[in-house]
Amino acid sequence: MPTKVFMEALSPTMEEGRLVKWTKAVGEAVKTGDTLAEVETDKAVMEIVARADGQLLQHLVAEGATVPVGEVVAFIGAPGEKVAQPAPPAPPPAAPVRSATAPSPTPAPVPAPAPVPAAATVVADASRVVRASPLAKRIAKEKGVDLKLIQGSGPGGRVILRDLDGAPARAVAGSAAPAPAAVVIGSGAAFEDVPLTQIRKTIAKRLGASLGPVPHYFLTSEVDMERAAEAREALNQQLGDAAKVSFNDIILKGVSLALARHRACNAWWQDDHIRYWNEVHLGMAVAIEEGLITPVIRNADRKSLSAIGSEARALAQLARERRLKPEQYTGSTFSVSNLGMFDIDQFTAVINPPEAGIVAVGSIVPKPVVQDGQVTVRRRLRLTMSCDHRVIDGATGAAFMKTLKQMLENPLAMVL
Amino acid sequence: MPTITYRDALNQALREEMQRDDTVFLMGEEVGLYQGAYKVSRGLLEEFGAQRVVDTPIAELGFAGVGIGAAMGGLRPVIEFMTWNFAVLALDQIVNSAAKMLYMSGGQIRMPIVFRGPNGAALQLSSQHSQAWESWLAHIPGLKVVAPATPADAKGLLKSAIRDNNPVLVLEGEMLYNTKGDVPEGELLVPIGQADVKRPGSDVTLICHSKTVTVALKAAEQLAGQNLSAEVLDLRSLRPMDEPAILASVAKTHRVVVVEEGWPHCGIGAQVVDIVQREAFDQLDAPVLRVTQADVPMPYNKQLERLAKPSPEKVVAAARRVLYLD
Amino acid sequence: MTTTATPPAKPQANPELHRRMLREMLLIRRFEEKAAEAYALGKIGGFCHLYIGQEAVAVGVSAALGPQDYVIGSYREHGQALVRGVPARAVMAELFGKATGCSAGKGGSMHLFDAGKRFMGGHGIVGGHLPLATGLAFAIKYRGGDEVCVCFFGEAAVNIGAFHEALNMASVWKLPVIFLCENNRYGMGTAFERVAAVTDVVEHACSYDIAGEVVNGMDVLEVQRAAARAVQRARKGGHPTLLEVRTYRFMGHSMSDPLHGVYRTKEEVEEQKKKDPITQLVHRLKDDGTIDQARLDALDAEVHAEVDDAIRFADESPDPAPDELGRHVLTD
Repeated sequence: MPTKVFMEALSPTMEEGRLVKWTKAVGEAVKTGDTLAEVETDKAVMEIVARADGQLLQHLVAEGATVPVGEVVAFIGAPGEKVAQPAPPAPPPAAPVRSATAPSPTPAPVPAPAPVPAAATVVADASRVVRASPLAKRIAKEKGVDLKLIQGSGPGGRVILRDLDGAPARAVAGSAAPAPAAVVIGSGAAFEDVPLTQIRKTIAKRLGASLGPVPHYFLTSEVDMERAAEAREALNQQLGDAAKVSFNDIILKGVSLALARHRACNAWWQDDHIRYWNEVHLGMAVAIEEGLITPVIRNADRKSLSAIGSEARALAQLARERRLKPEQYTGSTFSVSNLGMFDIDQFTAVINPPEAGIVAVGSIVPKPVVQDGQVTVRRRLRLTMSCDHRVIDGATGAAFMKTLKQMLENPLAMVL
Repeated sequence: MPTITYRDALNQALREEMQRDDTVFLMGEEVGLYQGAYKVSRGLLEEFGAQRVVDTPIAELGFAGVGIGAAMGGLRPVIEFMTWNFAVLALDQIVNSAAKMLYMSGGQIRMPIVFRGPNGAALQLSSQHSQAWESWLAHIPGLKVVAPATPADAKGLLKSAIRDNNPVLVLEGEMLYNTKGDVPEGELLVPIGQADVKRPGSDVTLICHSKTVTVALKAAEQLAGQNLSAEVLDLRSLRPMDEPAILASVAKTHRVVVVEEGWPHCGIGAQVVDIVQREAFDQLDAPVLRVTQADVPMPYNKQLERLAKPSPEKVVAAARRVLYLD
Repeated sequence: MTTTATPPAKPQANPELHRRMLREMLLIRRFEEKAAEAYALGKIGGFCHLYIGQEAVAVGVSAALGPQDYVIGSYREHGQALVRGVPARAVMAELFGKATGCSAGKGGSMHLFDAGKRFMGGHGIVGGHLPLATGLAFAIKYRGGDEVCVCFFGEAAVNIGAFHEALNMASVWKLPVIFLCENNRYGMGTAFERVAAVTDVVEHACSYDIAGEVVNGMDVLEVQRAAARAVQRARKGGHPTLLEVRTYRFMGHSMSDPLHGVYRTKEEVEEQKKKDPITQLVHRLKDDGTIDQARLDALDAEVHAEVDDAIRFADESPDPAPDELGRHVLTD
């Protein structure tokens, strides 16, 4: 039985060896310990020695070939002994050789998956993440507080423990309850964070320098409230003495619906990005003895007029009694301020940061207007929108105001 | 209860253990005739004789190895390095022989040896004489590393170290030798692997060891003046480290500042931070901050050296940051 | 103390001892050959440093020691372990990394230990174990014993700091240690004269005021006599000795290193093989009638069988259990 000669592991890390030179020829007599070949390892040139006496029957590997450790490279046996021919080592497959040398032909183009821009992916993930300390997250979860509604006071808007102080255990059913899983505008998430483009950054920097921290500009629109007034009278006749619908309710509803269609105005400035909210939480400025507070009607766009009305009244009451809880006055995405009851024709309101806009409502006053070539008396309302120019450009704000005007002038449009 | 110096506490520990077990001996430079470079071994030569209190040539690698060989031969050596800065030369013996002897012999050869000496900076000793070696030494499996901050802990930990059947490295401090503290009479053994709350608190945890315990206590005083309650947790043991104690404190305060003598990169505090973020993630209201030596070789000039070292003011500033006050 | 060369002496008639020494050298030789084969087949991993050619040194020294003495060596210690009495099975199983190895499979070729036989390793850092030897001798003296400690190392270790520190302390404290330098002329691939200002290692003895001798390491009887003198010096007065035993390795520094080529010539190796210590002893024993060819063949066959048995034992032994990984890091 011939003795196999192996490519041996001649160093601890050797995986293959290059047979540099055969020092014994086929047919030569060999003794144990004789050098058979020189092998180049990863470390040095070493020798394979014979481990049996006999005749070197066969070289299985040519000089210069590289062979893995453990492969048979030769046989030693009795002179003339037959060696069962092992399958010759497969010649290197032609394909790789070809592709290495020839220019690779263009393969049938595999349609690349629609590239998802990295920014979009980041944004999609970010929209699911609220910045909060691990402790705040845990406590919010335990208390059932919706972190999205808490404005964090930590760096970058991080919600930290003290922001939850006073947050009640278990959400109160009703106003504080999280919105039911209904159709939400946009991606399906509560909001979407979009990093600033170069243009946005430049606008922010320049306007901030000229106008101050929040660069306001103002858009005024005069709205015909005749039809809204008629609709209101009709509704209130139906409702009777139970909760009446006010002009303010109608305006709140109109603003909410307009925001739903103009998400670009329903946003927060966040220093290095803008948060576009897919939910509409409308802040309603309420004058109280010491000043002003803005309770929030959540998901106002999805609430009925009467729901908005009753909620607005309830919140205003709580505000005056100073019994509002933090989650009732935080988290608004846009605000409305109404000084109509003070006979103010129009005014410019100050934006509540980090919101990007606020609508100031003046009083509804009968005025002579030209309609169909005739002068007639119509009840008119002046609305002024204040916009943060870093977030809302002129045309964007104007488009919103146009929609709002259309809704108020044609109340049935709110039902669409 | 007697109030004695850290130095005398160590002296008591050595004396008591040498009286108790005659296989315990002390070896190092100047430990005998000179009474000890820092007088830690004062009087021991007179009491125990030259066979048991052995003055060596300046040959750290050599006598560390002699100690290890003696331990292989059944004795219980205490090897003193005049400072741990000089022990770098001996690291081959500590790391390749002492730490590994039990393991590579398949459990046959125990290594009941203590290596001790002052660690870290003193005053204006400049860069080669001021290094803190915690993170190098605590990195090695097969070793135990302790760093007592008070006289009571020094006595209790050195005694435990001598009785331990494994190699134990004791990191003392030149600046600590003169400090005084209460040391109970009678047998005093502090378990290796156990931290100690030196000052309880509720708003922030200051995790420290050795000289930084004093820094942290001063910072806690200053914070108390600002109505902020800091808990000072003295690790005492760097390998093994008392994870349950660390986690219990974090669960209480939710905020951590680590105070350490070594350099920031891969320092011992990085291990504390890993433990905290990994096991107490949901307890944290803020990231963990570290106050370390500046990432520079220690300068000679007095003011620069002060700038380089951790200070109570730096700890207070870090504490205020994790409290979101600044 | 000044250097003394080994005086020529007539071989003493001690056939039992001589036959034992022959057997021991043969055992080491056959063991190392089989280990080389096993390494080439991937059964032994990492580093494997063979003692082939140097057998006379371990065997000669062993004849001068008693069971209470300590032996400590470097990573070329298979031969020294076998001669100390560590069973061939336990050594081979350790090389194979098995649970039945003398270091439970956790040391390997460079870290053979047997505390019961006072074989104290097996150390991988060049010169690192010399201070350990001084320490073992320190413990002997501390306890008032008369054992000695023999420390094997190669000539390249003479250049490292630990050598000087260990010899100095052994001398200053008068410790019973024998520093035995196996000068095989080459560290890995560097001839000693290229890197040593003083190439007669024995000269270092006078730097530390200890006894020194040069010994022909290819003659097992000379080694035995020199070792006996050194042991006597140590036992009686705690005087250390530096023995420079001149020997030669027939294989490369380790299994990963070439036999010859860049750093020494094939011709030199062939020339040295003519001084094979086993061959020399065989000739002497045949000449004085202690042994004949038949007996020699029988002895060789016996040794082969012992080594084959060791291989089989190692092959069949289990690997250490996974939880062995965490054992023996610390002890109670």
